[in-house]
Amino acid sequence: MIIKTHKSENINSSELVAYLKKAPGALYLLAFMAIALTIWTPNFFSLNNLTNVALQVSVLSIVALGMTIVILTEGIELSLGPVLGLCGVSAGLLVLAGYPLLIAILVSMCIGALFGVLNGALIAIVGLPPFIVTLGSFGIAQSFAIVLTGGDSVVGLPEYFRWFNDGLFLSLPIPILTIITIFFITWILLYRTKFGRYIFAIGGNRLALKLAGANVNFYHIGAYIFAGLLTAIAAFIMTARNNSAHPTIGVGLEFDAIAAVILGGTSFEKGVGGIAGTIVGALAIGVLRNGLNLIGVGTEWQVAIIGVVILTAVGIDSLRKN
Amino acid sequence: MHSINKTHLLKYSKENFFILSRILSILILIIFLSIVSPQFLGWNNILNIFRQASIQFLISAGLTLVIITAGIDLAVGAILGLAACLSASLIVSGHLGLGIVAGLISGLFAGALNGLLVAFGRITPFIATYGVLWIAGGIGYVFMKGEVLHSFPPGFRFIGTGILFGIPVTILIAGIILVILHLLLHKTVFGRYIYAIGGNPIAARLSGISVKSKLFYVYTLSGLLSSFAALVIMARVNSVDSSIGEELLLPAIAAVCLGGASLFGGVGGIAGTAIGALILALVINGMNLLGVPSFWQSGVMGAIILGAVLADQYGSGRSLIKS
Repeated sequence: MIIKTHKSENINSSELVAYLKKAPGALYLLAFMAIALTIWTPNFFSLNNLTNVALQVSVLSIVALGMTIVILTEGIELSLGPVLGLCGVSAGLLVLAGYPLLIAILVSMCIGALFGVLNGALIAIVGLPPFIVTLGSFGIAQSFAIVLTGGDSVVGLPEYFRWFNDGLFLSLPIPILTIITIFFITWILLYRTKFGRYIFAIGGNRLALKLAGANVNFYHIGAYIFAGLLTAIAAFIMTARNNSAHPTIGVGLEFDAIAAVILGGTSFEKGVGGIAGTIVGALAIGVLRNGLNLIGVGTEWQVAIIGVVILTAVGIDSLRKN
Repeated sequence: MHSINKTHLLKYSKENFFILSRILSILILIIFLSIVSPQFLGWNNILNIFRQASIQFLISAGLTLVIITAGIDLAVGAILGLAACLSASLIVSGHLGLGIVAGLISGLFAGALNGLLVAFGRITPFIATYGVLWIAGGIGYVFMKGEVLHSFPPGFRFIGTGILFGIPVTILIAGIILVILHLLLHKTVFGRYIYAIGGNPIAARLSGISVKSKLFYVYTLSGLLSSFAALVIMARVNSVDSSIGEELLLPAIAAVCLGGASLFGGVGGIAGTAIGALILALVINGMNLLGVPSFWQSGVMGAIILGAVLADQYGSGRSLIKS
């Protein structure tokens, strides 16, 4: 009763306030930086630079979308970074060896899925902590990638490979088109299918779902496979952008992705969160990097500054929630 | 009668799974390596293994305490690197005492920052410590500007290369730290609180333990121990650059896992980590003797982490408790 009358009194303002209270920290961070950078440098708010930002965050966004699904199950996926390196290197080597691109894509997807199965099975069936399982496979994936190339980059890729980054379709760059497509697929999976409902339920109360007779392990492992597959796709964009594949190129990306997910308002507990926030989180990290470059902050300082900003944003979020 | 004995044996082996499995793996490694490599059983190589294990133990010691509280400290390597950079630059410019103190204080502060964020900021430990990893790593990087500092005074190098009573000083230092931390964990109230917090934080809080301040102290101590390890490593390798801590995280966690600590918290001990460090040192020594390329090292670390937690999960029947 009370809630009803309260609602009818001032629908517009209270709904807006409620939304702003719930909105993830990334939204505020992004808004603040966009305004500050627009005032600070004339170059920021140009179509050219914004497209540049979007291209830069494409790889991060795709990996972060997979990471969101995993974190919603109260999990974590640290091996995504090195798996991206491994997928890129494998694809590069296969293409150089004269195999058709389709084979390279399939093999990369299989590698991504395989690590998903390995991690997912150890976490869902054996019941090991996700952090330690994926840290172990982090080392394994990294070693495989380095051993495959002997530590060198794979260079001299054929011209058509660059299409994954430079190509246009309906006048949209391929990486941006890929994010949009993957976002919609993930959205449908998460909010319109049994898979999605189970993902939220695994994070919320895994035991209850299991007792209800659902095949929990299948869906739990599925979350990790999905993240692996998205990472394999991201590997192609990354390789095309650098015009080479480097075995350790992805190391550190998994943490950027986790930061994007957390900044985007997805919680480590109880399956709370969503994928729209993750995109905002990834954009916030991208704009932060881009902004630091535009103002001319050296790379050596950027590392420390990004650490401070992410910690501050996450800290404010956590204090707001409690 | 026979069946009773069998179940007794099974129960015994489950209860003592950790110590049995670790002794077995050390024995297998020693037998295997002494067969395939003639240098393995040489006195110099054995000393080398123990030195390596001591350093590995010093890096993993603080992390062990953190993991017992069900936390994680990803900044171990970065804090070590920061402390090494600061104290190296002061030591090279002639301020030995100041350099040592500055290194230790930087570790103390970085650890305290971890503690503040985790205990009072309520940020998930691995996000908080990852942020600090970047901050500490970034400061070290800015500070060094790509330089490599080397040639420390002999007095300082004594803690890494010296020999006292016929035993390398590094091993003595690791032994002293091992005893102190073991007493701290098992003979003090603080130690019991650490286990209580890791085992069940809510119960710990309800029984009147100030969880926040204890967590803060544990992370601070971990930072201090990392910077202490930095001094020993500097004295041993006699050169420092800003990337000195980068590759240390995976082996540090591997040693703690091999030491039987559970990432779920409340289980483990500092003596276990010493055993874990010894196994790791044997593996790395074996890989070097057999000429395995260093490319494989991170893969082997990963496999060891997975193997150790998997074995403990099944061997000790822990999976029945937490699932």
